[in-house]
Amino acid sequence: MEEPNLSYIHSMSGGDKAFEQKLIDIIKGEFPEEKVEYYNNLKLNNYKLAADNVHKLKHKISILGLEKSYDTAVAFENNLLEESTELQDEFESILKTITNYLQQL
Amino acid sequence: MNCIIIDDEATARAIIGQLCSNENSLTVLEDFPNAMQAIKFLNQNEIDLIFLDIHMPDFTGFDFIETLKNPPKIVLTTSDPNFAIQAFEYDCIVDYLVKPITPERFNKAIQKAEVTNHNSTTSLPAEKVENSSGNDLYVNIDRRLIKIDIPSIYLVEAKGDYINVKTEGKNYTVHSTLKKIADKLPDDLFLKVHRSYIINVDKIIDIEDNSVLIKKDVIPVSRSNRSELMKRLNLL
Repeated sequence: MEEPNLSYIHSMSGGDKAFEQKLIDIIKGEFPEEKVEYYNNLKLNNYKLAADNVHKLKHKISILGLEKSYDTAVAFENNLLEESTELQDEFESILKTITNYLQQL
Repeated sequence: MNCIIIDDEATARAIIGQLCSNENSLTVLEDFPNAMQAIKFLNQNEIDLIFLDIHMPDFTGFDFIETLKNPPKIVLTTSDPNFAIQAFEYDCIVDYLVKPITPERFNKAIQKAEVTNHNSTTSLPAEKVENSSGNDLYVNIDRRLIKIDIPSIYLVEAKGDYINVKTEGKNYTVHSTLKKIADKLPDDLFLKVHRSYIINVDKIIDIEDNSVLIKKDVIPVSRSNRSELMKRLNLL
């Protein structure tokens, strides 16, 4: 499985290390909140809201350089909009990978 | 160019803010997590450029554009490339950036914004036009008077300084109040069932306790309005 990385953040920061840290801190704060919202909405079968959560999470997936995982998230978001949970396991595995990665930063 | 950023995601606002800080021609005056807050700001400030997210809860980027009477230049930012065709319908949209936004692509968008000779004076929310006659109601959205067939309206809901007018074919967001539109709607067809909702009584599907089902919308009925609603029904 592909691993998260900071290539995008480095490429857009223009070498501004303070900004890089600020952005990482924002992601570390926002990602767990969006993840909790996603799990709650899915638990309540609020598929449309869960799809909205996946939509926001997929931006972070792309920021962390997970290109294949991004495609999975796009497909899962579309599935949720059709009230299908196909790809749920794959998507949640991506969330776990990112959670572990952010804990190490 | 004075600009603002509208995006419900803090990460996206931070990235766009950083990309803007690398451009000498841009000054970010403010960023907003939702469109409603931005509308208040636009009423008091002149803006040349807006970085606007499309996918936001309650009020999408396109809903927001529809409220602007004289919109400044807009660069759409989104994770979803599927809205690109819709974006071409608006003259004010100068570019469409798919997230994650790269510096190269961002710079290209700024160049487009700089060369686009677009009127970028004050943006004002649309106002409801007071003209209505017969079965038609005209509303002013983005400098266009749009005719709405009154019987096709099934629901009007208040959303802050705006109302959503829902019809069989389309929904309209108009800068107005529930009271103003209530004055324009025929009493025999429409009823205010809650401080935030007016319904078309003919469109009710069913009623359960303190709510009515209209289309797919479940609308609350206030205790004080329930008796009037029951009077309107042809009860067996």
